[in-house]
Amino acid sequence: MIEDKIFTNQRLINLAIIITAIWFTWFAQNTFDEYTIRIINNVAIFIILAVSYNLINGVTGQFSLEPNGFVAIGAYVTAILLVDSEGMLYQYDIEDPYPWVLALQTNFLWALILSGTISALLALSLSFPVFRVRGDYLAIVTLGFGFIIRILAINSPEITNGSLGINDIPEYSNLYWTGGVAIFTVMAILNIIYSKYGRAMKAVRDDEDAATAMGVNTFKIKTLAFSTSAFFEGVGGGLLAALLTSISPDLFTFFLTFQLLIIIVLGGLGSTTGAILGTIFVMAGLEYMRFLDEPMNILGMETEAMPGMRMVVFSLILILVMLFAREGLMGKKELSDLFKRKKADK
Amino acid sequence: MILEVCNVTKKFGGVTAIKDTSFSVKAKEIYGLIGPNGAGKTTMFNIITGNYEPTEGDIKFHGQKINGIKPFKIVHRGIARTFQNIRLFKSMTVMDNVLIGFDYQASYSYLEAIFRLPRFFKEERRVRKRAIEIMEVLDIAQYAEELATSLSYGQQRKVEIARALAANPQLLLLDEPAAGMNPLETHELAELFFKIRDEFDITILLIEHDMKFVNKLCDRVMVLDYGKTIFEGDIKDAIQNEEVIKAYLGDFKHA
Amino acid sequence: MDLLTFMQQMVNGFSLGSMYALIAIGYTMVYGVLRLINFAHGDIMMVGAFLGYTFMAVFDLSFPVTMLLSITIAALLGVLMDKIAYKPLREAPKISLLITAIGISFFLENAFTVFGGGTPRAFPVPEYMEKIFDVSGVVFSVASITVPIVTICLLLGILYVLYRTKYGMAIRALSFDIKTVNLMGIDGNRIIAIVFGLGSALAAVGGLFWAVNYPSVEPMMGVLVGLKAFAAAVVGGIGSVTGAVIGGFIIGFTEVVFIAFWPELGGYKDAFAFILLIFVLLFKPTGIMGEDLEKNRF
Repeated sequence: MIEDKIFTNQRLINLAIIITAIWFTWFAQNTFDEYTIRIINNVAIFIILAVSYNLINGVTGQFSLEPNGFVAIGAYVTAILLVDSEGMLYQYDIEDPYPWVLALQTNFLWALILSGTISALLALSLSFPVFRVRGDYLAIVTLGFGFIIRILAINSPEITNGSLGINDIPEYSNLYWTGGVAIFTVMAILNIIYSKYGRAMKAVRDDEDAATAMGVNTFKIKTLAFSTSAFFEGVGGGLLAALLTSISPDLFTFFLTFQLLIIIVLGGLGSTTGAILGTIFVMAGLEYMRFLDEPMNILGMETEAMPGMRMVVFSLILILVMLFAREGLMGKKELSDLFKRKKADK
Repeated sequence: MILEVCNVTKKFGGVTAIKDTSFSVKAKEIYGLIGPNGAGKTTMFNIITGNYEPTEGDIKFHGQKINGIKPFKIVHRGIARTFQNIRLFKSMTVMDNVLIGFDYQASYSYLEAIFRLPRFFKEERRVRKRAIEIMEVLDIAQYAEELATSLSYGQQRKVEIARALAANPQLLLLDEPAAGMNPLETHELAELFFKIRDEFDITILLIEHDMKFVNKLCDRVMVLDYGKTIFEGDIKDAIQNEEVIKAYLGDFKHA
Repeated sequence: MDLLTFMQQMVNGFSLGSMYALIAIGYTMVYGVLRLINFAHGDIMMVGAFLGYTFMAVFDLSFPVTMLLSITIAALLGVLMDKIAYKPLREAPKISLLITAIGISFFLENAFTVFGGGTPRAFPVPEYMEKIFDVSGVVFSVASITVPIVTICLLLGILYVLYRTKYGMAIRALSFDIKTVNLMGIDGNRIIAIVFGLGSALAAVGGLFWAVNYPSVEPMMGVLVGLKAFAAAVVGGIGSVTGAVIGGFIIGFTEVVFIAFWPELGGYKDAFAFILLIFVLLFKPTGIMGEDLEKNRF
């Protein structure tokens, strides 16, 4: 049957891509210099974040502003689990840490898993009030959620060391971890999309009422998508904590969410390939545009340093893309769709 | 009686859309809901599918009350529908559109999908095979991998019907399936419905305006006029009925 | 706490609540006609405050003149925002509009940071606003009386427009059913522009009053306030102007009372509006004035 053949051809291509990615991770970790590795680490983490953010926003079509909240949670959970009691007692300057905070200690793998799981559980609890009702409350609730998490982080010094943040986190993140998790995340997300769950998510995006009329439990699907996004965002947060070795509440502002939003919009809302390309494109672009924040020489006139100019330009780009090129780079298509030929009349 | 509508009244604020209406549909019957625009037919559909709750009265499916049950659950019980203005999923192929109807029946879990465990492949294969079978009955299998919206209007209608059939319903609700079709197409559509009724062993309840189509296709009808029933029974008697003729002002001349 | 302190808190709460109410009205009206959460609305409040600062501190104009100028410019900004960014997307999927709104919000915040400087500016509060008088132990400032009174007047004004003028009726009709309005020969776009203008004007008033009460003006000041104002609109019943005002007062009062009773939890006061929002969504999603705007979907 045709279907069997599609399965196999696709699978061969996928396998080839995965093997290349794994090889590249090994290659990069052992070949490139520290600076380059740091950049690739960052890109890998942002790929994880973007690809999962895309699941709730682009694939399921539910506008959400959740990433900075869940990334923060993941980062703090991992940090607390990785820094040992001695380190904590030394660092926590505002208040003494709670005994249970001191006691919590585990290895990196479990830390990441817990980061993801706790984020997912929180997402689950948010899902109930938000998805039960009709309307666009997800965006506002997640926006507020991000705020609350920051407020909690600042105001619970016994757990998080308040505004001072947590430092001296063991630097466990290397390309094997970030690259490996990134590969796993992309595979998991794609597997979800190309399954009945992904189909249902797209149906909810395209026409929620029609989806319901076809028997789709839209509440369950939205909750599933949202929790999945939260899970991987939490894991990404954990990887970030072990990469930066130092986290504080100011790291997880709305700006992080906005960056991810630009990434998935430019890449093509709904396309995982787009999210990956968008990450590379935007991170390169942000670096490249650093000069906008510095003093510049325009037509012979010297201007002063204007921090924030970069973001002004980026927000304008976002608006322009929405107005004139809404589909972004890939639209809703994946890489494989570009190579598909329309079947004539089989 | 597979479906019983018992003394249903529906009010929206001060407006009474449906007033004390009752009818029942027999198994394997093709039943028509006809009447002028705004008479309350689509509202009645929405009540049966659970989108609205009746202000008074009950809907019974296989003898069991279904008003108050969530719409997606009613689909699982065996009632599927199509829409007046075709509502296909614009970003998906024909195959994917039809597969949506199957999703309740493909029994693999989220984790089995993520880790591509054997049951995923088994169920996907099974469900895709069924989808192709349905599409072949409707003669659209050749378009399986095309984007649903790239098809012609008539073919899109068929995709919608295939999608509804995928949900494995016992009762199929069709909202103006012949809308926008010429006489040749409606003739073919009627033949198709007879075929569907027999192949899939289902009951059909439809809303229609085209009296020729209704006359050819339906066993029994109910005629609504502004929320009130003005006739219920065999199509042959309907055409002769004075009230019906008055409401339709001669539409029956064509029948 | 004693009666005196309680009365004092009531006064403060009333004042704070009015400012939330002013901004909430704009949110609820735009949501009513477009089903859009205009994320940039809170930033209009910031623009109003900045305009006020510019006119008073730089150009040395009086407060009433400043207010007039600021709300006019803010209204025009609102109309412009709709014309350039929202109108072209009328037929686009909702998510595009929401993303654009976020883009505009972010743009305004960063543009004002770049061109206005990130450091907060001190708003020159007019002297007569700061005058205090004491009524049997409860302290009022002129500001804390003026704000609620002006708010109530504006609310009555808006209600008058909505229920007694032709335009108002069109606005209400638009909230109910967009398609029909256009079919009846009313220019839907013009009505929407009016809604944006009115909402933005009110937000600017809110921003000016905010600057009077908390005389520090900086580009991010609209963010948290905007969030709370939207929560207020939902609590009061999204789509209802009266609801927005009631919601605003509720949030204002509870914030003030919250800190009064539990000063140790001061850092969490911003969380309260959010918690209230979740609560409302859980138990009465249509809010206090409770109208289900989605019921006409089918």
